Amino acid sequence: MSLAEYKYQDIIHRCFRCGYCKFPTDWDDVTNCPAYARYRLESYSTGGRLWLIRAWLTGEIQWSQHLAEIVYSCAACKNCVEKCPLSFHNDIVNMIIAAKNEMVELGLLPAPVKKFLQNIQLHGNPYGLPAKRRKAWMDGLNIESYHGQEYLYYVGCEGAYDTRAQLAARAVATLLLKTGISFGALGNDEACDGNEVEMLGEDGLVELVAEKNIKNFQKLGIKKIITLSPHAYNAFKNIYPRFGGEFKVFHYTQVLQDLLDRIKQDGQSAQGAKVTYHDPCFLGRWNSEYEAPRTLLKATGFQLIEMPRNKRGALCCGGGGGNFVTDFLGGSEESPARIRVREAHATGATILAVACPNCLTMLEDAVKVEGLEEELMVKDIAEILIESKQ
Amino acid sequence: MDPIYRALAEIVGEEYVSDQPEELFTYSKDLGTSEPIQPDYVAAPKTAEQVSRIVRMANQKKVPVVPLGGGISLAGLALPLRGGITLDLKRMDGIIELNEKSRYIVVEAGISHGKLTSYLHRHAPHLMHSEPGAPPAATIGGNVVIHGQGDLAHPYGFNSDMINGMEVVLPTGEICRFGSCAIGSGWYTLHPLPDLGLFLGWSGSTGILTKISLRLFPCKKIREMDIFVVEDEELVPDILYELTHAGMAEDLVAWSQEIPPYGNRLHHININITGDSREEMEFKRHLMFDIRLARYIQDGVGGIAAVSQDIERPQISKSADWKKGGGFEYVGSIMPVSAYPECYRRGMEISIRHHIPYTILGRVIGSAHGMMFSYSYAFNRADPETVRQAREALHETDHMVLEIGGTIWKPAVYGQQLVMERMDPNTLQLMKKVKTLLDPNNIMNPGNWEVN
Repeated sequence: MSLAEYKYQDIIHRCFRCGYCKFPTDWDDVTNCPAYARYRLESYSTGGRLWLIRAWLTGEIQWSQHLAEIVYSCAACKNCVEKCPLSFHNDIVNMIIAAKNEMVELGLLPAPVKKFLQNIQLHGNPYGLPAKRRKAWMDGLNIESYHGQEYLYYVGCEGAYDTRAQLAARAVATLLLKTGISFGALGNDEACDGNEVEMLGEDGLVELVAEKNIKNFQKLGIKKIITLSPHAYNAFKNIYPRFGGEFKVFHYTQVLQDLLDRIKQDGQSAQGAKVTYHDPCFLGRWNSEYEAPRTLLKATGFQLIEMPRNKRGALCCGGGGGNFVTDFLGGSEESPARIRVREAHATGATILAVACPNCLTMLEDAVKVEGLEEELMVKDIAEILIESKQ
Repeated sequence: MDPIYRALAEIVGEEYVSDQPEELFTYSKDLGTSEPIQPDYVAAPKTAEQVSRIVRMANQKKVPVVPLGGGISLAGLALPLRGGITLDLKRMDGIIELNEKSRYIVVEAGISHGKLTSYLHRHAPHLMHSEPGAPPAATIGGNVVIHGQGDLAHPYGFNSDMINGMEVVLPTGEICRFGSCAIGSGWYTLHPLPDLGLFLGWSGSTGILTKISLRLFPCKKIREMDIFVVEDEELVPDILYELTHAGMAEDLVAWSQEIPPYGNRLHHININITGDSREEMEFKRHLMFDIRLARYIQDGVGGIAAVSQDIERPQISKSADWKKGGGFEYVGSIMPVSAYPECYRRGMEISIRHHIPYTILGRVIGSAHGMMFSYSYAFNRADPETVRQAREALHETDHMVLEIGGTIWKPAVYGQQLVMERMDPNTLQLMKKVKTLLDPNNIMNPGNWEVN
């Protein structure tokens, strides 16, 4: 490959590999890069990855399956962007995505990435499940199809297909119904938002997915979108404008925080029970929303205990950048999701609250592997709101 | 399967060993100007026992072992000069014991300075350790084995003077302890047992440091940096003498650099002062500025450039990036404080000759018992010509340091050779005997401090 084709050739050599990017905001440990936490070899740190990408571009090393796995182990969590003190820091994740772009162009992809992208292309979701099963999450709920309501409620692939995430999608829908706001869903007409496709470096497919969705949204007159997933929120807010899609986009926590008085529940009293909250990267570091989820949690009456690594310094669950399917960060005691649930457990909380279906499934699986099911439940904030008495 | 790879995988686990080109490439380079040299294997052990097993195996196979901490010595000290196994020690990052009343902490050697600072901030905010002028990813072990210095160097000396005890894996695999911990007592003192100072300053060529008891010091509630500035470099040693006589500062650093322009040809002295009350701070400021430095201000040759600046811990350093090239190396030298003017002038001359804006900095060690001088040369990693310029400037600086009576700190192999050429022959032979005795197969970071 020619160096001249790589978009960031003028800056990729600027990384010193000084290691700031490994830390959280409070310098608690060098393990806040999820891939480095998992593997603990310099090649998997952000600096190591950038030096390897440059070496590939200059021909110092050749492409290999292992190189591709190192590059794709980046969860795009932006911790490095947060911590790097140098002026190019905003482009660090972009430099990695650009390397993925090149691998896509050359057809040099790890098998799980290839499968992920093929499934999006063929079925509109990364799981390879039929599009006609997409509306299964709505079964039994009185949710209208979108026909001009004020909001589109967009659940995304995880909320639509993953059985655990479906429960979160339903909980959000239940609360939205209770607020009385006007909204509808697309059911089987919903398609992948493309956020992970962007993170996996498939530019052409991002364009295809975005343009198709934008066309559909515009045809239906959609102007405001509420998303279940921070990943979809990021796609609609930050990617779709590139393709002419300008919508008012809200994560569901942002909508509900203003409508708390309408969703009063008669569930169980929290009675001082403790909850801790895991910030999703695509809500937090990517879009700076840290307060809306906390406002909702505080309204439940639970005692909110922060994990040491929180907000801008939160440890990623390891599911970003398609890793919730491609799973380059799984399979170890040091997988970020397992580290994260151990941290949550150490706070003394009995509930680990999330606001992202990816985090929900990643962390719930980790709780099971850690054998903590009896002591720590992973719940979406919407589920907690429904079950609690405010 | 390669038997060495198999043995490493059996010891540290398959996931923490590699002989793949990607890892070999990554561990073949550091941030400085050293030419890349690939290891044959990379392994990341978790315990001293694993380190010991690896070293024993390496002796059997006659394979070099190179211990690596944060990898930011800049001088290529953890590059595998003869190949072999690079041991990345950063998984050994546990905190074993915090003893607040005795003011020490026992840590595994691969822990980062950032993690230790954060831990103390949360669990013992009234205590601190001496942070080096390096990124927080630098490890405690890596820093003490090169005789690092930090932001408590003025009151307490080198970081390697702040050790209460050590655990070391010898080049033949035995695990040894030094200090009170060696007799089963706590890790509270290195003295008064027989001096076996065999491991510090050797760049990992006589053993692998695995645990350290580090002295902690009072961390005051209020912290600030004041800056005194003069134009005449000849005044700097006198000013530092005055300030160290007062003994009120926690850190004293003199610097001059071409970029930014306000640093050019002026000599700034950063004075960190701390206190638990406004009265204490005021007293310290009064003693330093109104008493010790007043005459420089009255004579119009010096002035207070800034007061009450925030002190960031860990420090964030962006100065290495002025060339925007991802490359940086410096010659560190330990000098008498009186040598500041000559250090400055000669360092600037070298920078000018090599077309590199000058950056010179000196940190006071002890009560002006010495000064760690750094002559920094940033370069553009993508431009081989600037790498060459920086390398030549570094070598020239090594010579200059020795010419003006200094001692090179953490020298790269080039500087090590210069130092050993000047070393007392008896001392040199003792070094050789020590190395041969400890490391009969010469497997431990060979090529470093190698006496021919």
